[in-house]
Amino acid sequence: MEVVIKRVEKPRLNLREIWAYRELFYLLAWRDFKVRYKQTAIGASWVLFQPLFTMVVFTIFFNKLLGVSSPGGNYPVFVIVGLVYWNLFANSFQNASNSLVANQSLITKVYFPRIIAPLATVLVFVVDFAFAVAVLVGVMAFYEVRPGLSGIALALPMLLVTLLWACGLGTFFAAVNVRYRDVKFAVPFLVQTLLFVTPVIYAVGLIPHAFQIFTYINPMTGVITSMRAELVHQGTVSWPGVAISCVAAVAAAYLGTRFFVRGERRFADIA
Amino acid sequence: MSPRIEIRGLSKAYVLGTGKSQYVTLRDDLAAFIRRSIWREASERTARDELWALSDVSFDVDEGDVVGVVGRNGAGKSTLLKILSRIVEPTSGEVRMSGRVTSLLEVGTGFHPELTGRENVRLNGALLGMTRGEIARRFDEIVAFSGVERFLDTPVKFYSSGMYVRLAFAVAAHLDPDILIVDEVLAVGDVGFQRKSLSKMRAVAGEGRTVLFVSHNADSVRSLCDRGVHLRSGRVAAIGTVEEALSSYHAELEEGAGALDGTTRREPDGIGGALIDSLTIWDGDGQPRSELDSGEEIVLVVSLRVEDELIGQPLYLGFGVDTGFGSSVFTTFSSWQGVGFTPRDNTLRVACRIPSLPLVAGRYFVSASVLGELEVLDRAARATSFVVREQGDEILWPHHVATHGSLRVECAYEELPVAEAGVDPEVAA
Repeated sequence: MEVVIKRVEKPRLNLREIWAYRELFYLLAWRDFKVRYKQTAIGASWVLFQPLFTMVVFTIFFNKLLGVSSPGGNYPVFVIVGLVYWNLFANSFQNASNSLVANQSLITKVYFPRIIAPLATVLVFVVDFAFAVAVLVGVMAFYEVRPGLSGIALALPMLLVTLLWACGLGTFFAAVNVRYRDVKFAVPFLVQTLLFVTPVIYAVGLIPHAFQIFTYINPMTGVITSMRAELVHQGTVSWPGVAISCVAAVAAAYLGTRFFVRGERRFADIA
Repeated sequence: MSPRIEIRGLSKAYVLGTGKSQYVTLRDDLAAFIRRSIWREASERTARDELWALSDVSFDVDEGDVVGVVGRNGAGKSTLLKILSRIVEPTSGEVRMSGRVTSLLEVGTGFHPELTGRENVRLNGALLGMTRGEIARRFDEIVAFSGVERFLDTPVKFYSSGMYVRLAFAVAAHLDPDILIVDEVLAVGDVGFQRKSLSKMRAVAGEGRTVLFVSHNADSVRSLCDRGVHLRSGRVAAIGTVEEALSSYHAELEEGAGALDGTTRREPDGIGGALIDSLTIWDGDGQPRSELDSGEEIVLVVSLRVEDELIGQPLYLGFGVDTGFGSSVFTTFSSWQGVGFTPRDNTLRVACRIPSLPLVAGRYFVSASVLGELEVLDRAARATSFVVREQGDEILWPHHVATHGSLRVECAYEELPVAEAGVDPEVAA
């Protein structure tokens, strides 16, 4: 085994190397997960409470008080389907953006492919997602909603779209964050804005028909709208729109990781 | 035998920021960008100061060599180490290493205070390149070496700093690389543990592994390495046996010493207010000397320039003596004896009298500092040096300072009567 160290003009994403470091990838995710609920009274139960509680709050405020309705009439089920995917995206994106700064002590002391840091952060929230899905199943059982088979089949592909989108944005902002700490303030603001741009609280049908197709450029629109239509039979989905969402997510993942890898050499210099 | 580490023309430039802060904000860069485009300051980037931390460094390390890299702070040691560890990328040149490489820049990398000892061993091991299987196999050994078995399931935030270091070093000591790159991480923990770590390192070196050890402490380099590289201002100043590299390093240190004679104006190395003008060494008769005998009276004399606002304020003086190899011999502060000095005008001269110099033969460096009530006003590191002459009754090689220490302690030897029936007469009485 020979190691050659020299300046690389155009670094590329080295998938083989990332595979070689997979154990560290799992361990970093495991560490983040373990540390997160230390010194909490109810521990990992928070993972279950959060989506449930948000669902109740949104139902009370948006549905009952503000009169936002859902196409199928069952607002709690409608909103929690959106929240399960939305929370995965929002938490992954926000924490991945901060992952290099959070692991600064590692980055200046030991070598590993830096992209492992944002990816491991995202993995933590995939675990959260699994718990949130359990909550979703419980809520659906409570309201006696029969899941659509096509929806079940779509669940994993849509998880993948969400992850690609979150990783794309997350790696991009993580790289920027090393140099500009402004990111720490900008990203929460961006996530909040995206929450209102994405049909999480409301149905996509609320948007004038001519513009609807453009909202699918935001991959979360495709993910949430298709899951609602197919899994819990609420509203309709534009399949060309979903295709646009998929392309956008793949493009974001490609551009984000590319930007990240190109900047990687400078991380330790300026971190 | 082909070299295990091949370093060719290695250089690293850092661009020094224009501001004091390393953390730029987007606004700063946008402003610079606009300035550049409006004023066509295209050359601004090249006009910034570049610092060549390493320039054109080339050397080979053969299989089984234990090489010590020495140099002053800022000589490029850490940069070299970081490039070899793949943490930073060189600006030009290349390094080839064959075999499994592990680098240790600190002990306990990635230790998380909330995780238990057991969990941290797994995480730290993985960060240092151990596979899960290796960690599992060596786990018991690691724990036994650290001596913290009882606290293995306690979060390390409850550990004493000693326990923390022991556990962290235990992981590092059980790595199994072909090439080991080590920073002076050994300078941690209590003396007993340091010795244990050092002998573990020696065992690693003895197994035919290649070790690159970076340090500014010549004593530990000497006891561990068989070859040496002396870095000076980012370049290789000497390469060869440990003694060759160390004597080059020592010569560099001596060049810098003794420059402080009151003729050069300096910036204070502290908050200022008083400046050390000169530091001289006298014998007991007030004659300036640079060579002395062990046991002689020695007087350290410092002259200060005091600014107006500190006239009438108490000042305290401190002196330190070191071997030049990074090992401090002693330090003394006038405040320890409750002695302060109140300047009446802009100058102050203070003498520190040591009735009997308790040092073995060798060269020693003297530093001085002047303190106010709370802060260091100025410090003159290694401002002068003196030589303690060899005496007829001792045969001393320079390296004995490293293994035997540098103090000459007054002592009396006598033969004792042999104890009867194995009972120590002192205890029996």
